[in-house]
Amino acid sequence: MQVNEYKPKIVAFCCNWCSYAGADLAGSNRLSYPAEVKVIRVPCSCRVNPMFILRAFQRGADGVILCGCHPGDCHYTSGNYYTRRRMALLFSMLDYLGIEKERTRVEWVSAAEGAKFAATMNDFVKTITELGENKRLEDLRCKK
Amino acid sequence: MQKITRETLIEKANELLSSGKVNRVLGWKKGEFSYDVTPAVFTDVEQMKKDFVFDDFSGANFSKYLIKETRKEDAKVLVFLKPCDTYSFNQLLTEHRFDREKVYVVGIPCDGMIDISKIKEFAGDGVVSVNTDSDNIKVDTLYDGVKEIAKDKILLERCVNCKSKKHVAYDELIGEEGEILDGNRFDEVAKLESMTADERFEFWQNELSRCIRCNACRDVCPACTCEKCVFGNPNSGVENKSPANSFEEQMFHIIRAFHVAGRCTDCGECSRVCPQNIPLHLLNRKFIKDINEFYGDYQAGEEVGLRAPLVNYTKEDLEPSEAVNREEK
Repeated sequence: MQVNEYKPKIVAFCCNWCSYAGADLAGSNRLSYPAEVKVIRVPCSCRVNPMFILRAFQRGADGVILCGCHPGDCHYTSGNYYTRRRMALLFSMLDYLGIEKERTRVEWVSAAEGAKFAATMNDFVKTITELGENKRLEDLRCKK
Repeated sequence: MQKITRETLIEKANELLSSGKVNRVLGWKKGEFSYDVTPAVFTDVEQMKKDFVFDDFSGANFSKYLIKETRKEDAKVLVFLKPCDTYSFNQLLTEHRFDREKVYVVGIPCDGMIDISKIKEFAGDGVVSVNTDSDNIKVDTLYDGVKEIAKDKILLERCVNCKSKKHVAYDELIGEEGEILDGNRFDEVAKLESMTADERFEFWQNELSRCIRCNACRDVCPACTCEKCVFGNPNSGVENKSPANSFEEQMFHIIRAFHVAGRCTDCGECSRVCPQNIPLHLLNRKFIKDINEFYGDYQAGEEVGLRAPLVNYTKEDLEPSEAVNREEK
């Protein structure tokens, strides 16, 4: 008998300098995080255009998480401060349009926080699995 | 009815044209019907005497037209700006979109403009003409004769909660200077915020699914002045209307609102031109309200040279997770 267990699709944007290294550390420390998380490396969390996030949803992601250096620790001095303002407004807008606010998240993960990276991803995947498939943000044209 | 008449404005234009101070005039002209007032460029006063109008349907904001007009050879443009238009004017100057020297601004008072789609909703099809001589608007219709309605019931959405009667930029002012008003323009946004997520989703699905992607909101918006737009790119996969009722419209409108966030002066042109009557200003106002609450009160275009909130930061800004989990909204 085949069991179709629901596996969410999660996109994680990770900044090159902190969070991506954090993910690496989680790996070398043998801390496991779910395979549903697809990590996309970006030069800085500030590189993430709000459209990237919506586009991920449009193409079938069930949750999008954005990870960057802790505020104050940005490799480019101030990139993540701008990210913080942008994402606060974007998430508030998504909430305003009636889209589940659990589907999007911003976490600050430093290069030394491999354990935090793994824990964050485990928790996020669990939340999205409970929430189920993304229906409100899908675009039928992008369905394969 | 507006306090100033078209004759006053033509006289002013004549004076400036004949003195050589300006060589073109941005104004309104009559369309097919008396209520289809469209923006136009006039180069001599005879033309103006024939076609120029200024009445309750002269809602169009001319700030954006200045970008193209001032680029023409030897252009010295006379523009009539209502109080709310002057905010867009300042915002465009802040972004260096045109040369201030090439523009002569005549500030004109405004008593609120009328929304023709509200008239059509009230009077039905076949509106022949609209008489706005008194505060009781007389609508002449083809099928039901003359109908009357009070002017304050059919005002443009932006005029219902007028934000300012004060001109923030002008070279010359006709009439008296007004005040910045303390409207309750965020009431509707607050009402939506107090609904449940499902109700909100349904509300926006209802509104946005009517979108036909004509891009009128983008084309008219004084903050949307990119020469190349991300939604005009045929390789983006999002430049057309989706055949299905899906995320496509939301994507367009969220991103469009986001691109003007912090720069939108709440001039309300997007809702005015929308052929489907989608309340697009509610998206922009949501961003303005959030910016006010998160980062302190900010009115785009109040002064030239203000730093927009999205290109600014403080170390104590709130976290995105706090933004969506506020106790009190």
